Amino acid sequence: MDLLTLLSDGFATSLSPFNLMIVILGVTAGLFIGAMPGLGSVNGVAIVLPLTFIVPPASAIILLAAIYYGAMYGGAISSILLGIPGASTAVATTFDGRPMAQKGEAALALIAAAFASFVGGTVAVILFTLFAVPLADVALAFGPAEEFALVLLAFTTFVGLGGDDILKTIIMICLGLVLSTVGLDLISGQPRLIFGDLPGFYSGVSFLVLAIGVYGIGEVLYTIETSKSNPTVSNAKITFKDVISGLKTMRRYTKTMSLGSFLGFFVGMLPAAGATPASLMAYGLAKQTSKKPETFGKGNIEGVVAPETANNAASTGSLLPMLTLGIPGSPTTALLLGGMVMWGLMPGPMLFIDQPDFVWGLISSLYTANVAAVLINIALIPLFVWALRMPFSVLCAIVLVLCIVGGFAPNQKMHDVWLIVVFGFAGYFLRKADYPLAPLVLALVLGPLMEKSFRQTLIAEQGNIFAFIERPLSATFIFLSLLFFIWPIVGLLRKSKQEHPHFSSKRPNFSRQNS
Amino acid sequence: MVYKSLKTSIMGLVAGTSMIFGANAAIAGDWQPQKPITMVIMAGQGGGADRIARLFQSIIQKENLANMPILPVNKGGGSGAEALRFLKDQEGDAHTVMATLNSYYTTPLRNDIGVDIAEFNPLARMAMDTFVLWVNADSDIKTLDDYVAAVSAAGGNWKMGGTGTGQEDSLVTAMLEKEFGIKHTYVPFKGGGTVAKNLVGNHIDSTVNNPAEQMGFWKAGKVRPIVAFTPDRLDVFPDVPTAKELGHEIVYWMQRSFVAPKGMPTAAVDYYTELFEKLAATEEWQTYAKEKALVADMITGSELQDYFLDERAKHKQILASSE
Amino acid sequence: MINADRIIASLIMISALYFMWHAVSLPIGWNGLEGGPGGGAFPFWLSLVMLLCAAGVFWRSTSGSKFQRFAFDMSMVKPIFLVSVGLVFTVFLTSMIGAHLAVFLFLFWYLRFVGKHSLKLSVAISVLTPIIMFFFFEVTLKIMLPKGVSEPLFLPLYAMFF
Repeated sequence: MDLLTLLSDGFATSLSPFNLMIVILGVTAGLFIGAMPGLGSVNGVAIVLPLTFIVPPASAIILLAAIYYGAMYGGAISSILLGIPGASTAVATTFDGRPMAQKGEAALALIAAAFASFVGGTVAVILFTLFAVPLADVALAFGPAEEFALVLLAFTTFVGLGGDDILKTIIMICLGLVLSTVGLDLISGQPRLIFGDLPGFYSGVSFLVLAIGVYGIGEVLYTIETSKSNPTVSNAKITFKDVISGLKTMRRYTKTMSLGSFLGFFVGMLPAAGATPASLMAYGLAKQTSKKPETFGKGNIEGVVAPETANNAASTGSLLPMLTLGIPGSPTTALLLGGMVMWGLMPGPMLFIDQPDFVWGLISSLYTANVAAVLINIALIPLFVWALRMPFSVLCAIVLVLCIVGGFAPNQKMHDVWLIVVFGFAGYFLRKADYPLAPLVLALVLGPLMEKSFRQTLIAEQGNIFAFIERPLSATFIFLSLLFFIWPIVGLLRKSKQEHPHFSSKRPNFSRQNS
Repeated sequence: MVYKSLKTSIMGLVAGTSMIFGANAAIAGDWQPQKPITMVIMAGQGGGADRIARLFQSIIQKENLANMPILPVNKGGGSGAEALRFLKDQEGDAHTVMATLNSYYTTPLRNDIGVDIAEFNPLARMAMDTFVLWVNADSDIKTLDDYVAAVSAAGGNWKMGGTGTGQEDSLVTAMLEKEFGIKHTYVPFKGGGTVAKNLVGNHIDSTVNNPAEQMGFWKAGKVRPIVAFTPDRLDVFPDVPTAKELGHEIVYWMQRSFVAPKGMPTAAVDYYTELFEKLAATEEWQTYAKEKALVADMITGSELQDYFLDERAKHKQILASSE
Repeated sequence: MINADRIIASLIMISALYFMWHAVSLPIGWNGLEGGPGGGAFPFWLSLVMLLCAAGVFWRSTSGSKFQRFAFDMSMVKPIFLVSVGLVFTVFLTSMIGAHLAVFLFLFWYLRFVGKHSLKLSVAISVLTPIIMFFFFEVTLKIMLPKGVSEPLFLPLYAMFF
């Protein structure tokens, strides 16, 4: 009861006409910022923070929530339309979103992404409302050993064996992990792999640089090469009826969405993990539990739904350690935390007791922003789809410009732009030679977390390698990751025994999917 | 060369245009920024240095202290090595300032990055952050003597958490070890917030975190301050003794200052110094500093340069003895 | 036609060796004192795995079991080469004369001479894009794009919009 009163007080403020206008403005701005390759919620929040001193505090929180949600929704847009993940959280969305767009199903993919984000966000906000305080203790139980085990789990759910060329997959994973060690070694405090003392490498190789390079420039080059034999100008059109029928099909993915929401919320809630591992794990799980895992990566709508539910749920979940423990799980929450400190709030265990107005105001703003985001996003889908109808060479030129400018914007270094060009060429040739690129990007995202937590545990435990299986939580995760590692192999063995004649299952049946 | 002369000729052209626009009519002699001011932060997003820099940005914007916006850019790579190298490359630039912390002197001392901080223009030291020894509130340790006894009993297995190796927390740990002849297992984490959480979750046994990072948990009664590494007791923790009053000369500060590149025009240096002086007088800053147990005594100009060089010499010794 | 699989495998082997060479400047063994692997261990051993796997790919291509020819449409070499050179040149120009001018030149060149679009469309897109960039990135998001020598041209704009 108490909870409902607090929440309805929050709604009363967030639904005033002025605040509603702020929500709409914030969500729209967030959508465009998120849709821009290279820019994400962190940029949106960074520009809004100084403004929060000028507008009334309640509106400030709402504006932040709106930008945050808008940008999360927006991330999927560039993943689907251009194949460039706008933020690391949207990597998994490119794997199937881009193939869908190439098949002319961009509108359906965008609708699926928007609706899935809405479901993920809503489930997470409800979980947040009900369990925020007790869940903080779960987050506390996570030390370095548990972090390592969780990242390992994210890795194995996603990679698994089978499918691609195994040798080449291993090469790509190793390359990604090696690139992730560039920069300063936190543990010894020494610089490493800075390649002849280039200051640009001090801060490491950013995920966005690699993703924009291989998925942006690499993809453009690849498309140009194949454009003669296979024209890609899609006559994507969308009517109101398409939107409705698209939304109707979403009912079929209840299982995927509920899995994604819960997984996303719980993984996102853990301080070190955040939304990226969550979306990758959701993708991996959806693939492994699917009846047709081979269609993933070739334009399976579940491959869009799963990561999108999970990353939105996780982004909401990641507010939890920020509010209850004062630990930011991502650059965006770090900025939000800084903002709260500036307003004279003290994030941490006492926040829910000392500042209930703020907390419930924020939670109710999340509900409002989420609803506004899904409506505005769906309303704008025709505009985004229309953009795809541009002549091919115009689109190419604009994507290249987006790569240069979007690559520069996050860290404002020309070094990154040059690196993007290098990765673009490398990615193009690797792709031509059938090297899978997803494991490379994934390894770069998860690598730093993995190495750091591995070494922190070993230092704390005096080099005892069994520390990982002596602690119940981390032992569970390690066991699960072993399971996920072995499962596909078992499945493959069984399959090859049973249905030997149907060996063609490795190649997806495009004609069937297009119909 | 061509590049430079082209730049000046365009500059001349624009001087004419801007007259036509009538924009930015500066009062004679008074220097004013002509483009947005880049505020380089020597640390990543979310840390203490980042928070203060962004707080300043907000106050400047709110109080309208500058005619151009301040744009914070994080260059935390290599413990600030990236930021230092960047500042070095900005020689003569009048629109770049840098928010520093102690890695301003420790990073060039630990690794040869080709930067001499004596060349930079000091602007203002805004505050000094403090260090306090913390343990989990469930532990039996109440005093510094308990602590030393517990660490020696653990025989090197005592887990002290802190920020990266070679950064401030590890230096304070090294000072403790030297003073009491004890040994810790130092576990480096990415930021003070993570350290605080790991202490409460019992993944580490103690930390020497800044009070700002630990305040939330302290108010909730989850952690216990044992001793402060300041010359005088902190206002927020009147019952916590300082190491000095217990007879151990361990005093360590984290400074929060601003510097400018080498060769910045004197008029611009004066402008920024004045800007920070105005900033220091605002109510927001005073309240923030008080709440976070910061010591906000401001110094500027050559006094600050002397302070930097003095600290650099001190850190050289600390580093030499800790490695 | 070239056997690109082998060339790429060799390039990966070379870069793996290069990474290993850099990695050995930090300890690569199990560091007894601190517990756990040293700072260079991760990059070193992972590069070694990479080296071995690439050697495997190389060996496989010579043994002929899974010989893969690099399907390359030779008629498309020219446009790809043009785009690549244009891109590198644009990035170079960005640091020299600033992002806005470089983007304008790149777009105009690409649309007019590679894409063979009408003069009207080429001019419209290549002029509008830098203007949108200025308002989106600099005025709204307060992210300054590189200016190079064109910096002074922007001073009156700053005075107007900030």
